[in-house]
Amino acid sequence: MKIIVCIKQVPDPNTTVSKLDPNTKRLVRTGVSLVLDPGDESTISAAIKLRDTLGSSEVIALSMGPESAQEGMRRALAMGADRAILVTDPALAGSDALATARVLAAAIKKEGADLIFCSTESTDGYTGMVPGAMAEFLGLPQLTFAREIQIEGSKAVIKRVVPTGYKTVESSLPAVVTIASGSFEAIYPTMKGIMGAKKKPFTKLTIADLGIEPAQVGEAGARERVLTIGKVEARAAGQVIKDDGSAAQRIAEFLQRYQLL
Amino acid sequence: MSNTIWVLIELENGQPARSSLEVLGKAAKLGRAEAVVLGAAAAEVAPTLGAYGAEKVYIHADATYDNYLTLPAVDTLSALLNDHQPRLLLLATTYELRDIAARLMVRNNLGLITDATDLAFAGEELQVTVPWGGENVVTATHPHQGTGIVLTRPKAFAVEQFDGRTPEVETLSISINSAAQAIKIVDSVDVASEGPALEDASVIVSGGRGLGKAENFQLVEALAKALQGAPGATRAIVDAGWLPYSYQIGQTGKTVKPTLYVAAGISGAIQHLAGMKGSKYIIAINKDENAPIFSVADLGVIGDALTILPQLTEEVKRRKA
Ligand SMILES: Cc1cc2nc3c(=O)[nH]c(=O)nc-3n(C[C@H](O)[C@H](O)[C@H](O)COP(=O)(O)OP(=O)(O)OC[C@H]3O[C@@H](n4cnc5c(N)ncnc54)[C@H](O)[C@@H]3O)c2cc1C
Ligand SMILES: Cc1cc2nc3c(=O)[nH]c(=O)nc-3n(C[C@H](O)[C@H](O)[C@H](O)COP(=O)(O)OP(=O)(O)OC[C@H]3O[C@@H](n4cnc5c(N)ncnc54)[C@H](O)[C@@H]3O)c2cc1C
Repeated sequence: MKIIVCIKQVPDPNTTVSKLDPNTKRLVRTGVSLVLDPGDESTISAAIKLRDTLGSSEVIALSMGPESAQEGMRRALAMGADRAILVTDPALAGSDALATARVLAAAIKKEGADLIFCSTESTDGYTGMVPGAMAEFLGLPQLTFAREIQIEGSKAVIKRVVPTGYKTVESSLPAVVTIASGSFEAIYPTMKGIMGAKKKPFTKLTIADLGIEPAQVGEAGARERVLTIGKVEARAAGQVIKDDGSAAQRIAEFLQRYQLL
Repeated sequence: MSNTIWVLIELENGQPARSSLEVLGKAAKLGRAEAVVLGAAAAEVAPTLGAYGAEKVYIHADATYDNYLTLPAVDTLSALLNDHQPRLLLLATTYELRDIAARLMVRNNLGLITDATDLAFAGEELQVTVPWGGENVVTATHPHQGTGIVLTRPKAFAVEQFDGRTPEVETLSISINSAAQAIKIVDSVDVASEGPALEDASVIVSGGRGLGKAENFQLVEALAKALQGAPGATRAIVDAGWLPYSYQIGQTGKTVKPTLYVAAGISGAIQHLAGMKGSKYIIAINKDENAPIFSVADLGVIGDALTILPQLTEEVKRRKA
């Protein structure tokens, strides 16, 4: 079984507060430390585990992004992916979810796959639109918010997280599957994995390789426009007290003052 | 361009989802609101939507929409949008509506804006408010002709009442393609959490990793009970297996807007704040005076949650008695 996992690099959510550039109106990605999206770490781990249970299968990491995305892809390879494909092209800067899905779908079509894994949403843009849009471009069913996945013959069966519990949902293969964040523990790369990653196949593609016109992607193809960027009104910082043994009393007084008790 | 705004109404156990009614009310304040209801209960639900703002309701009462995800709804909506060209299609951000929106965007080549907290028209121009990355707020628009899709953030709008409005109901006569029956629901399992549903609770007491171990979550539950509220959690302790996912509040969990939110042993990561900072009053208990949660708290208490929570529960019970 051939499993393609879509991954991307994002500003490190643990050390950076995402910022928008007031001129380009895009996310600032320079001068911040970029990491493989923590959600995607869990997704790629799910794919690797599935590959190892199924046997004679392959995991391919696919990303659309700038050259610097290679670092995140090396991490995916160190975690255990077999090879990597990066679609990189100056025309791609400023792509919206539609363009991103168009490019990824074209790369998947070129490669061919039985299963395509994504995270339900990314940590930086978090539109959650890319996987479903990609499935539509490919004409494939999508199984979303999976916290478990099983392959039963020619079917994929997932446990789909819903607000009240879960639903068991199935479709034929090939299919696009999105993994609910936190459902699979991320594999931690070993030293051996890190060394081995350097020797694994790494392909780079441009949009011309995929038969996509520059006008269909990037800023040129975007179907949404940012008009203004403003600052959120900060919540007025409240009162901070140190517990000297009377904290419970003080909180109860606060609750009574605002008629919460 | 028309000022007709469509809202796809999601059905939950045969009833319109509250999140869809919130969006319908907003649509009715912006223009002429028309609803689309797909599923076995569509015909019963349709007339009730006038009271929430709908002037017209398109229905297709067919259980296929309830048993197969996404694709039947995409087929029907795609054709309807082509025929009627409304100005906007508004959807609440829920699991199922999100999936439908993503495919419609591609099939009908539409612009799509996610995570909106408000919409307005300045003359002809649509202006969508999108909070972004914790400190920014963006206004965005659909610069192209044709229908635009907007997904709105849960709880962004209140449910509105439109007394005496009776919607025109149009019954669609279409048949669902068998190819659309590709994503099949095999079964449904409810993992109900105790107490009032988080989304509707006016008081929420949440716990995080600072509680130390799973057993200590009962301190959170006890305070929630004393305040007649619901217990919630951070992703850190849901991932750790202390609690089911239904407790998780934040970017990838539930969005809540209670009158009172008590955060105990929670650092205040941006992804957690995304789900709760709309609360009216926030009280935070954390050992670390530099914890980011204090920047949104109306009352911050630097101290040990494990000692303060039980004392507070007793104090609340005493003052209520
Ligand atoms: C402030 C701001 C607001 C935005 N709002 C919108 C909007 O309303 N509408 C819109 O169309 N775009 C919007 N975008 C742009 C959008 O974030 C980008 O188009 C992005 O490429 C789409 O990805 P996402 O991060 O939202 O992906 P999601 O759909 O959240 O990603 C889900 C999964 O898809 C896969 N994936 C996503 N991107 C890639 C990639 N480049 N390479 C490999 N796999 C990938 C990953 O598995 C990922 O976890 C916005 C961007 C910013 C900065
Ligand atoms: C894509 C993505 C999506 C995410 N979505 C969500 C989401 O939906 N919801 C969510 O919550 N998180 C989400 N997260 C995770 C988020 O980034 C944080 O990791 C998480 O919120 C931290 O949980 P916490 O506050 O319980 O734990 P920690 O960050 O470990 O904080 C524990 C806090 O407890 C304090 N503490 C320790 N002992 C005590 C004590 N005895 N008394 C009082 N205080 C004490 C510590 O000082 C610390 O501040 C997401 C992350 C990513 C990458």
